[in-house]
Amino acid sequence: MIQAINLALTEMMGEDDSVLVMGEDVGVNGGVFRATEGLHARFGEARVLDTPVAESAIVGTGIGMAMAGLRPVCEIQFCGFSYLTMAQLEGHASRVRNRSQGKLTVPMVVRVPYGGGVRALEHHSESREASFAHFPGLKVVIPSTPRNARALLRSAIADPDTVLFMEPKHSYRAWREEVPEAPEQLPIGKAELVREGTDITLIAWGAMRRPAEQAAALLGEQRGATVELIDLLTIAPLDVETIAASVQKTGRCVVVQEAPRSFGVSSELVTVINDRALMYLEAPVARVTGFDVVTPGFSREKAYLPTAGRIADALAATLDF
Amino acid sequence: MPRSPVAHFDIEYLQILDPEGKVDAALDPKLGKDELLALYRGLVWGREADERMLKLQRQGRLGTFSPSVGQEAVSVGPSYCMGKTDWFVGAFRELGGRLMRGHRFRDILLFWNGREEGSAIDPALRTLCDSIIVGAQVPHAVGLAYAQKLRGEQAATVCWFGDGATSQGDFHEGLNFAAVWQAPVVFICQNNQWAISVPRKLQTRSQSLAQKAIAYGMPGIQVDGNDVLAMVVATREALARAKRGEGPTLIEAVTYRMGVHTTADDPTRYRDEAAAQAEWAAKDPILRLRRYLEAKKLWDEKREEALREELRAQIAEEVKAFEADTTFALDAPFEYVFGTEHAAITEQRAEFLALIARDAEREREEAGRG
Ligand SMILES: Cc1ncc(C[n+]2csc(CCOP(=O)(O)OP(=O)(O)O)c2C)c(N)n1
Repeated sequence: MIQAINLALTEMMGEDDSVLVMGEDVGVNGGVFRATEGLHARFGEARVLDTPVAESAIVGTGIGMAMAGLRPVCEIQFCGFSYLTMAQLEGHASRVRNRSQGKLTVPMVVRVPYGGGVRALEHHSESREASFAHFPGLKVVIPSTPRNARALLRSAIADPDTVLFMEPKHSYRAWREEVPEAPEQLPIGKAELVREGTDITLIAWGAMRRPAEQAAALLGEQRGATVELIDLLTIAPLDVETIAASVQKTGRCVVVQEAPRSFGVSSELVTVINDRALMYLEAPVARVTGFDVVTPGFSREKAYLPTAGRIADALAATLDF
Repeated sequence: MPRSPVAHFDIEYLQILDPEGKVDAALDPKLGKDELLALYRGLVWGREADERMLKLQRQGRLGTFSPSVGQEAVSVGPSYCMGKTDWFVGAFRELGGRLMRGHRFRDILLFWNGREEGSAIDPALRTLCDSIIVGAQVPHAVGLAYAQKLRGEQAATVCWFGDGATSQGDFHEGLNFAAVWQAPVVFICQNNQWAISVPRKLQTRSQSLAQKAIAYGMPGIQVDGNDVLAMVVATREALARAKRGEGPTLIEAVTYRMGVHTTADDPTRYRDEAAAQAEWAAKDPILRLRRYLEAKKLWDEKREEALREELRAQIAEEVKAFEADTTFALDAPFEYVFGTEHAAITEQRAEFLALIARDAEREREEAGRG
């Protein structure tokens, strides 16, 4: 996935002179995860900016650049440092369009590696998509595979608004997938129907797509039940239609989220289903989530993260309800 | 009306012990034998512990950590000057200073191994945990110092951070508050020339980091950070000033990050500096104090060997204790969510324990089948 992200950045910078990348260590070093590898040599230091260690200023200056017609792609090294950008994202990036009554806009992308599973330190492994999705006017996108990462990042850079692009870093190097030669784009605001099924809907995103797929396969093997798997891809704005249509068809649903349980995206999904598909439900919507604790240190993260087994249990229990 | 200057400033540079091990007689703090030997011990302790950690990490027995090789004097000198009731607020490269302060090495190992228990240190030590968020500790230090002042304590707070941290808002906001409140705090900028791959000259256009103090209205001084005597003198002056009620000081300690940023970093990607490495190796803080001690006949090869042996044995003990610690409660993160446990957390904890029991059972079944 990291190569796919690098590819999308290379393509977009090549296609459009107004695209630039900036952040800590993105230049000569090519980024701590190597997402920007080769860009400095290719596009020069005016468009590949190694910034001082200052997240608020990275996003704040990005807002200025974007209002002036550039398309900055800011890298924040880890999710735990993205909170330093919240004041700029909530107070400004997401509101400039409204504040200026459409006269000014902030077409900017902020890339943030998030999530656990790579043995990182405190503040490096959180999943805080819900915190940002709560900001009106901010788009939150989470790719899950190399192919959709490239396609979505291209769309995010082309998008007229600010997109927080959260990359599940556990998936950076976890497996391979062919990415087609020809550039692709995927629409922002649209979920992906990963597999069709009739018995139960399973919703996941980011690094949770993998265990969700495994659980869906497992359930097919064990019980012959077919699972309809939806990968949200965009957290905000949410693709309510795809979710509602699926749950109306299957009548059952399980939501998987790595983040802490309370006040998260899964809570929003349950509400959406309540609003749009309550009369179709044959069981309460179940959730497999993280817990309302500080994301544990890496010695404990394996126990914390939702697994295929836990998801399969929830699917089975919901089917048996 | 002609234009006229409204402010002038100079920034002093302080070095007492040069790389050859010679002391400037005019500046010599004239430390006693025991003091000098304690400082030397602290430096070697920091180095030995760090090197042990690197081996453990490379063997897969320890997680990612940030080495401090070559930078020992920046935390050892000040730590040695601090009183028991002074607060120690570090970033993540103050290993030598922390050991001197009384941190158990095994706790430090636990911390870097992703075990929250490593942070369960005695509050009486008055040291905060490492601050992984760059610069966030600066305002905390100012708050601690203000509390010391309000309570009328004869105490101060010492706060370390890197050159990269001086780019953060927290640094600027913290220094400004400290000066406005005349808080008894000593800021030590550990200028090791690099913030991961970004060299100091891309971090700030300031000629020195010490001069940032001027903007906030406090004294600033640049110190040879590989000279433990200069670190002692500068910290003592700043601590005395703080405790006299004269407010904060900023010390820029000029040093060099000899090794990797963290064990996950590959510096060959962004720096090719054989010459710089050699130059700084010659300025090594341990080497130069050793030369000085030898010239004073306070040190020789035999004592060196004895010290290294003693420290290595102690470090080995601590590593053993660290690795023997298998009391590894997986539900520890539920323990300290709130001061009083909330019913929702209690419920989630029970659910969590049931889930991991189920996961373990499933793994056993799979192993049995395979
Ligand atoms: C707020 C924040 N941003 C980014 C990081 C990632 N990071 C860790 S250390 C570091 C460089 C810090 O440089 P400096 O302050 O000079 O300290 P040094 O590592 O050189 O000791 C960066 C960017 C972080 N930990 N916290």
